[in-house]
Amino acid sequence: MNIMSEQAIEKAVRTKVPPEINERIKMRGEKVTVHYGDKQALFDVDLNVRENQVTALIGPSGCGKSTFLRCLNRMNDTIASARVGGLITLDGEDIYDRAIDVVELRARVGMVFQKPNPFPKSIYENVAYGPRIHGLTKNKAELDEVVEKSLRKAALWNEAKDRLNEPGTGLSGGQQQRLCIARAIAVSPEVILMDEPCSALDPIATARVEELIDELKQNYTIVIVTHSMQQAARVSQRTAMFHLGYLVEEGATDKMFTNPDEKRTQDYITGRFG
Amino acid sequence: MGEHTVSAFDLELGEIDQLIGRMSNTAGTMVAASIRALLSGDTAQAQRVVSEDAIMDSLQHELDDRAITLIAKRQPMAQDLRAVVGAIRMAADLERIGDLAKNIAKRVSAVGQNAMPRKLSSGIDMMAALVLTQIKNVVELYVERNAQGLDALRSDDEKVDVSYTAVFRELLTYMMEDPRNITACTHLLFCAKNLERIGDHVTNIAENAYFVVTGEQLPAARPKQDEMTAAIVGG
Repeated sequence: MNIMSEQAIEKAVRTKVPPEINERIKMRGEKVTVHYGDKQALFDVDLNVRENQVTALIGPSGCGKSTFLRCLNRMNDTIASARVGGLITLDGEDIYDRAIDVVELRARVGMVFQKPNPFPKSIYENVAYGPRIHGLTKNKAELDEVVEKSLRKAALWNEAKDRLNEPGTGLSGGQQQRLCIARAIAVSPEVILMDEPCSALDPIATARVEELIDELKQNYTIVIVTHSMQQAARVSQRTAMFHLGYLVEEGATDKMFTNPDEKRTQDYITGRFG
Repeated sequence: MGEHTVSAFDLELGEIDQLIGRMSNTAGTMVAASIRALLSGDTAQAQRVVSEDAIMDSLQHELDDRAITLIAKRQPMAQDLRAVVGAIRMAADLERIGDLAKNIAKRVSAVGQNAMPRKLSSGIDMMAALVLTQIKNVVELYVERNAQGLDALRSDDEKVDVSYTAVFRELLTYMMEDPRNITACTHLLFCAKNLERIGDHVTNIAENAYFVVTGEQLPAARPKQDEMTAAIVGG
């Protein structure tokens, strides 16, 4: 009989098997600052986004988390007074470089907003729009395929397949949000940014979107801003806590919600803030 | 630690802590009374200990209910979550301590027709004093959130074990001296074993309390030699 020696048992207990997580950095932020006019909204934020992981950004209102998210696909460019400093890279490439085509960048780094905002067009057209303007498909058959695949990935196909020509705005709130996710997926992005994607949804629609996020991370890198601590704890692998424009703490989600290092994080997640 | 934005949250956590305090007081009283009853042959006192076990059970139920309601209502995080989960586990250990005290008390009618000869009981008396201090200290250290103290207290369980081994040897000697001691000594041995188990539950409580306070687990159990084997071979 093969009996383990006490030392062997001890060793087996002590050596934790390292989880097989992809630690490749997809997007890197170094000393990121943002000014809106004279007001500084972000101060020297160093934050990396790991590939095929969900990174949650948390913190009280006005802490800079949405501002940081919007830097990642240059959404802040649309605000005239916004100035972004520091370095943000996608696969090592500076996304604020002059040579970067912003439209192409936003196809690679897609975005889903707080309120579902489908175009006032059919469900089909909502999803087909991106691939069409980016010239990703050659013919109608290919486009049909992309639409179906995207709706399937967004877990909306079964509900939408018989009403593809009905307006997207006729769907329920949760379905609209999944339609927006399908629309973001349709252009084959690498990173998907989500700005409070569930705050306008009921608990069941929220659960479906969370389930979807979990599946999507197999193929995409996801950054999500959320006000729901429980949601951040459920869906993300990494969590970054912002406060007053500073990054307070970033780390593995499991640790952040059970035993964070920083007192401000502790106070915020346990409901002791302000 | 600051207060919660929702003050009712603090109240509810405080109530759970108070229940732990009440359970530990009751457990301490029960252990002390059961030993006194055993050594003095006081069956009435033993009966009171047996009936107090019901109080322990109801306190534990109340704590469980409050903890589960709090989790459902507040979704506690970080140290709050640890405090609630830790309280549930500490309550289970305290309830077991109550059970073991009850077991000691139940033996009183079996042995207690006449008071235990002083010679036989002095070892158990000392062991009980040690265990009682441990019970009292563990909850005090938890209330103070004193991690180092809890770590040290866990190591102190060694003293209870050593004391148990001593009682075991001593009682063996008395039995060999005079077979008429065997009945009384056997009962005392079971009581000593119960006290030793109580010490183990106190150790569990210390480990849980340490986790609540620091968020980290104490390293795996301290090395422990098989003292009973040594005692039998040696005896």
